[in-house]
Amino acid sequence: MEFGPHLMLAALEGAVTAAILALTAMGLSIVFGVMRVVNVAHGEFYMLGAVLAWWVATVLGTHPAIGFVAALIIAPALVGGIAMVADRLVLKRVAYDADRTIVATIGMLYIIQQTTLMTFGPDARPVEPPFNTRLALPWFEWGENGFAMFWPWGLSTTSYKLFVIAAAAVVLVALWLVITRTKAGLLMRATQQDSETAQAFGVPVGRVYSLVFGLGAGLAALGAVLVVPIQQAHYLMGHDPLLLSFIVVIIGGLGSLPGTVIAALLIGMSDGIISVFFSPTLAKIIATLLVALVLVFRPQGLMGRAQT
Amino acid sequence: MKDAAKSNALHFGVLATLLVLFFVLPPYHAGNLSRIMVLAIYAMGFNLVFGYTGLLSLGHAMFFAAGMYGFGLTANLAGWPVVLAFATGIVCAAALAAVVAALALRTAGVSFMIVTLMFAQTAYLVVLYFGEYTRGDEGFVVQKAARMIGEIDLTTDTARFFAAYILFAICFQGLARVIQSRFGRTLVAIRENEERTRMLGYDAQRHKLYAMILSGAVSGVAGAAYAMLFGYVGATFASVQYSIFPLLWVLLGGAGTTIGPLIGVLFMFYLIDFSSSFTNAYMLIAGVALVLLTLFAPHGLAGLVRRKVFAWLP
Repeated sequence: MEFGPHLMLAALEGAVTAAILALTAMGLSIVFGVMRVVNVAHGEFYMLGAVLAWWVATVLGTHPAIGFVAALIIAPALVGGIAMVADRLVLKRVAYDADRTIVATIGMLYIIQQTTLMTFGPDARPVEPPFNTRLALPWFEWGENGFAMFWPWGLSTTSYKLFVIAAAAVVLVALWLVITRTKAGLLMRATQQDSETAQAFGVPVGRVYSLVFGLGAGLAALGAVLVVPIQQAHYLMGHDPLLLSFIVVIIGGLGSLPGTVIAALLIGMSDGIISVFFSPTLAKIIATLLVALVLVFRPQGLMGRAQT
Repeated sequence: MKDAAKSNALHFGVLATLLVLFFVLPPYHAGNLSRIMVLAIYAMGFNLVFGYTGLLSLGHAMFFAAGMYGFGLTANLAGWPVVLAFATGIVCAAALAAVVAALALRTAGVSFMIVTLMFAQTAYLVVLYFGEYTRGDEGFVVQKAARMIGEIDLTTDTARFFAAYILFAICFQGLARVIQSRFGRTLVAIRENEERTRMLGYDAQRHKLYAMILSGAVSGVAGAAYAMLFGYVGATFASVQYSIFPLLWVLLGGAGTTIGPLIGVLFMFYLIDFSSSFTNAYMLIAGVALVLLTLFAPHGLAGLVRRKVFAWLP
């Protein structure tokens, strides 16, 4: 393949990564924005979503499409429920203290991961995509005969990958509408701005916290259900999404939702493109180092406002 | 007895008990004891910044790994004499700590944790990237020649125990002295109220930097000792898990106590040893322990003893 089509392929793969990453990081960002806690177990909620998707699809065992749609609803709901229970049982009792929450969520990380290892096992397991037509893509070029369209070998994507990108966009828009247009979103924003004053005005802050924690985990699980037909479910799969989500949330500005989406696009696309042309390890080294330096020298992130 | 005398008695008592245990216990447990002491050095290094200065670093594995690779690579590949290689390991860890701390200390709180985590992740990836020398995840075995000090063969159980014991004793007593010194008192003051400490005229930033460098150096001692005594160097020791472990040990034993780290490592080591005999998901125990600790005993075992029984506990 020549450079041009190769770049386009890399960009397409990057867009899929970016779509999933945007959903996962959005979950982390909402939790941080509203509750001011860092959820280290976020990657494990992602993993749990993928594993539950496999479980739902296997239990139903019918047509892949039915299993997938069921998983798309059941897995995020279950994961959100588990997260809400965890919030009630653990986080609420340490009063959302920043340090202790981090330690507690590290504990939750190992509990979820190792319980999955004991029940689901160490193997990676696939979920069949509901539809997976291969779509060849055309490439346009100025050749000897002027402008020409041809179909380079290997330049193709699948209908499922395009669906993932569209689905992520729909979910993000829906989330945006919920936060800005509904009563629930209003309560969330009130809690985010000043939880004590919100409480004084009758906002059930405790319940808002639980719901937000569940919503954050559910978003991660949703991203995982979407990705699991492309990437198999495995009990250690939560590690990379966690780090990448951290990176995205930091670059975007802690707690800034538009910043999170922009950063997810930036990181996802560049991760896809850099990994195609350079060594993936080197790409990761540069990315993590840059993030650390962004935090050091521009702690408010790209879109965030300075905290007082 | 005065409190200081009591602490001294306690520290010498701990060291004497360890020595007696080596001769009393069966060889398997005596061997474990060497490993526990080396890991306890690491935990003590972590405790200096976490327990005494109040900085939660999630990246100490990079200092441990710097000590380990600083020793392992120079001793194995370059064939440097053991003592020189060991010193190189410590210097590497201290230098890395100086650079990382100078940058990371510009942030505080949650950002500090994430920055240290990111630097540690970078260090881990760097180890993987230079797989040609470090052999990545697989790691390499330190040659026998690099595990001899003069005529002493550190691969034998007795020599290994005494090497670990001497290093542990130096770090244990040394850090206990540091904590009782003016410098240590200032660190505690920073932990309790940084603003007030600064207002009293102390350079809090400089103190935190020195604490990080000392902590990094002690972690490097542990890393180099681990490579020298157990003969294996691998990328696992640079991974996030090894940044979490010292946090777990110190929390379990009691943050901000001199004997907490040793108690934590001892407890956790046997907990994992015991649970891995019937399940391969032994990290589940670590997770449950962390959650229960944050809920019910945020001050750890030694912290509990200090609050309920001996208020003088150092």
